[in-house]
Amino acid sequence: MTVLDAPPSDLAPRVASADYEDFAIPLGREEEWRFTPLDAVRPFFAPAPDAGVLTAEPSEHVRVVDAADAPPAGWLPTDRSAAVAWSGATRTVVVDVADEAVVTDPIVVELRGSADVSYGRVQVRVGRHARATVVVVHDTTVDTAGALVTEVADGGDLTVLSVFGGSPTGTHLWHWPARVGRDARILAAQVVIGGRVVRVLPSVSYAGPGGSAELIGAFLADSGQHIEHRILVDHDQPHCSSRVVYKGALAGQTAHTVWVGDVIVRRAAVGIETYELNRNLLLDRGARADSVPNLELETGDVVSAGHASATGTFDEEQLFYLQARGIPANVARQLVVRGFFVDVLARIPEGRWRDHVLQAIADRLHLSGGDE
Amino acid sequence: MSTLVIDDLHAGVTTDAGHTEILRGVTLTVESGVTHAVMGPNGSGKSTLAYVIAGHPKYTVTSGSITLDGEDVLSMTVDQRARAGLFLAMQYPVEVPGVSVSNFLRTSATAVRGEAPKLRQWIGEMKSAMAGLQMDPAFAERNVNEGFSGGEKKRHEMLQLTLLKPKIAILDETDSGLDVDALRVVAEGYNAFREETGAGTLLITHYTRILRYIAPDVVHVFFDGRIVESGGRELADVLESEGYERFERTSA
Ligand SMILES: Nc1ncnc2c1ncn2[C@@H]1O[C@H](COP(=O)(O)OP(=O)(O)O)[C@@H](O)[C@H]1O
Ligand SMILES: [Mg+2]
Repeated sequence: MTVLDAPPSDLAPRVASADYEDFAIPLGREEEWRFTPLDAVRPFFAPAPDAGVLTAEPSEHVRVVDAADAPPAGWLPTDRSAAVAWSGATRTVVVDVADEAVVTDPIVVELRGSADVSYGRVQVRVGRHARATVVVVHDTTVDTAGALVTEVADGGDLTVLSVFGGSPTGTHLWHWPARVGRDARILAAQVVIGGRVVRVLPSVSYAGPGGSAELIGAFLADSGQHIEHRILVDHDQPHCSSRVVYKGALAGQTAHTVWVGDVIVRRAAVGIETYELNRNLLLDRGARADSVPNLELETGDVVSAGHASATGTFDEEQLFYLQARGIPANVARQLVVRGFFVDVLARIPEGRWRDHVLQAIADRLHLSGGDE
Repeated sequence: MSTLVIDDLHAGVTTDAGHTEILRGVTLTVESGVTHAVMGPNGSGKSTLAYVIAGHPKYTVTSGSITLDGEDVLSMTVDQRARAGLFLAMQYPVEVPGVSVSNFLRTSATAVRGEAPKLRQWIGEMKSAMAGLQMDPAFAERNVNEGFSGGEKKRHEMLQLTLLKPKIAILDETDSGLDVDALRVVAEGYNAFREETGAGTLLITHYTRILRYIAPDVVHVFFDGRIVESGGRELADVLESEGYERFERTSA
């Protein structure tokens, strides 16, 4: 077990360990578990007897190795289910982009689970002054837990898109830690289209000054679904930037989303810029979106630091205006929802996935009706 | 030939606190080719009348009727009314973030015409309509009403009208927020539309200024939720010089 030695912050995890016994079984009262439907995720608090592993098709930049032979990840699990998955995953999917390499085509990693419950370790490293786009397509036909660990070395530039789409019934618990080198840049875009429980914890830390991180998210929760994002950006290096923008649409009466955006700006992180935003659109009565931005400033010597959060229903005036121009109610709703997501989707590098999200939303709206 | 008939219309807003009547028996007929000016002080219910015709969900009609060429307008949805040929140029056009003007216009033209306009022809139509209103082509790429100046909003309303070609147009305070030059452009745009289509017009205004550019055939004085006097153009001149005091006294 490692007791993390960074100056204490209520927002940062205190323990990092690959041994799940180092973490007590969550009871639901803990800050980081209080929103999660524990019954659905409890199976991940101890190793499943016949758990499988997530692998992917090897390609030029992708290989699958025994977990024991994987390069050092530079990260350790920070909660019980992550430790179960990390220690239980027997293989590691390694995506490696060599120093100075510029890879223009997206490197696609389609994860496939070997059993109904599968653990995953994915490690992405983009070398010094290298540039690449990586698309990680999660397997939603099985329940999964794991970590997608990304490292961008000094001067590197990584665009990574992670997608949960397809089956709406799975449970998925993931950590997405990213480490950003000196003057390096990461754009991490996340798309979640349904799932029984999808709980993702993206985090960003900086290995040197001048790094920039942009986290973009688009998610859609339907009836009976729980989609949770807990984001942690830990600024402990000077002159870095972070920008976090997540937008969610909730359709169906028992849809629930949670967005917690924690940003810590430590004493050393002078001259940084940070901004985080979460907006949620409730398409049906009864859907619930929890949105909690937290900004902890230990230095006032920053360029800018801001956050915003808003949750609302369809704007009646917007719908009226569009309908008053002959546009049928369901088409008007689609236009408004598209408009809601447009700035986030514009940042998603892969047009195919952009269209996929829009289509999923449009399908859902059509089903939910509301027009005659 | 189209005719919009409003007969003894009573409408208002219903909240938890109860129903507040705003329109108290409006009777008015608007025919193709005729421009009716409805003039009244602030708060008299002019916008409410416009919204009720268009079908805004905030308002409840308690009695009376509205028909367009004999069809019951009140039983139509908002979009059906627009497709039937009614158009409300709004006093306060609404921002729709993330939806571009060009996407919006093409979607509404498709809905109103019942088929998507051919792309080539559509581009030409847009171009000439925008040129007629002295609008920069780059305007089409902006989001609907987002960050528009008062003048841009009203030109955008006229642009929609020009492309959708309604049978009856309702202009709610189209002159508000416009300087003289912008008012002239908007009014010329409207007059060209009226000439081309022979549409009927309900021109709602607080000031007589716009009537210098868009000539009315009939002038109605609107007060306290109903029409209290109707006459020719000269009635507007009376209002210009005397204001609404006379009606305040008679109605009190
Ligand atoms: N949605 C509403 N809720 C409550 N009161 C309203 C609403 N719309 C209009 N009113 C009231 O009805 C009256 C008439 O308003 P309006 O139709 O906007 O008048 P005008 O356009 O002539 O200035 C005003 O007293 C206004 O406050
Ligand atoms: Mg008004």
